Amino acid sequence: MVTSGKGGVGKTTTSANLGTGLASAGHKVVLVDTDIGLRNLDVVMGLENRIVYDIVDVTSGNCRLKQALIKDKRFENLYLLPAAQTKDKTAVSPEQMRTLAAELKEEFDFAVIDCPAGIEQGFRNAIAGADRAVVVTTPEVSAVRDADRIIGLLEANELRNPRLIINRIRPQMVKRGDMMDISDILDILAIELLGVVPEDESIVISTNRGEPAVMDHSSKAGEAYRRITRRIRGEEVPLMNLDVPDGLMDRLKRLIGMR
Amino acid sequence: MLEFISRMLGRENSSSKNVAKERLRLVLVHDRATISPHMLNQLKEDLIKVISNYMEIDEVNLEVNLNQDDREVALVANIPVVKMKRDYATKG
Ligand SMILES: Nc1ncnc2c1ncn2[C@@H]1O[C@H](COP(=O)(O)OP(=O)(O)O)[C@@H](O)[C@H]1O
Ligand SMILES: [Mg+2]
Repeated sequence: MVTSGKGGVGKTTTSANLGTGLASAGHKVVLVDTDIGLRNLDVVMGLENRIVYDIVDVTSGNCRLKQALIKDKRFENLYLLPAAQTKDKTAVSPEQMRTLAAELKEEFDFAVIDCPAGIEQGFRNAIAGADRAVVVTTPEVSAVRDADRIIGLLEANELRNPRLIINRIRPQMVKRGDMMDISDILDILAIELLGVVPEDESIVISTNRGEPAVMDHSSKAGEAYRRITRRIRGEEVPLMNLDVPDGLMDRLKRLIGMR
Repeated sequence: MLEFISRMLGRENSSSKNVAKERLRLVLVHDRATISPHMLNQLKEDLIKVISNYMEIDEVNLEVNLNQDDREVALVANIPVVKMKRDYATKG
């Protein structure tokens, strides 16, 4: 499951890119949008025109799982189970989610569950179905605080060892001391780092097009997600180099021994 | 002069990231200041174990609580002592 507590930090973006990355590495993957009422993963994936049934149709027995799954034509083995748009968060129960997850496990190598913001039923549903958790945060006080709360709740619900993605890092701001850096955040949250994704226009462009950035080999954020994908597959991959070249001020600072 | 330059170049301590870190640290002390009954019990048992090396205490009336106000979170323990153990080392 991909979760964060706070909204708008990049759960859906991350789910789309992880799912696409894993599928292009040859795994059979299903993306599950559990943000009922605020369906988004379909548009980020560019699959919004092909929806017939949704997750609530499946859990309430309106249709079979196979009928609701949308096959991504770009990848042999990538599927989407869309959220319902007209129902509310309570339309799926944790028990139903558990059953669904068990069914998905039979069919797929990976099921990537995109969570809604918050810690209410949508979050509890995702917990009920998930074996592993990825926590997304940005380098901001409010996002890190919510991530801390989420990590506590995950552990209280036996989802041990969640892994962290720090999204929207801006190396220029980090460098001048106006943004918390990776080690600051890891110090505070004390969990394992899965990856760091820079703030990148290509995310906006790829979302406009409905083609996840991980497919774009000139995208920095795409490269970050490709590395994250490999780490999920168990490879050891170094962090991307996000350093910015030294400017005049840096050289001056060094000269007078300030760094 | 040097101070002026260093202020111009932005010193570490006043950078907004350090303000963010300090605010986060404080807010998380509060957010995390809930302790499950299970953990509180374990803490009590461990306390009793350690303190009993030095004195005999009234385990039944022992109280341990996490108190919080705006500025800080404190672990407050009220541990009635029944009997002190003799301290040979310092009397020796
Ligand atoms: N690394 C990034 N660089 C630039 N924009 C980003 C990045 N990550 C996310 N965004 C943008 O932030 C917004 C919120 O992202 P989204 O994935 O929908 O968050 P969530 O699902 O957590 O609410 C989207 O408009 C998305 O395009
Ligand atoms: Mg979302």
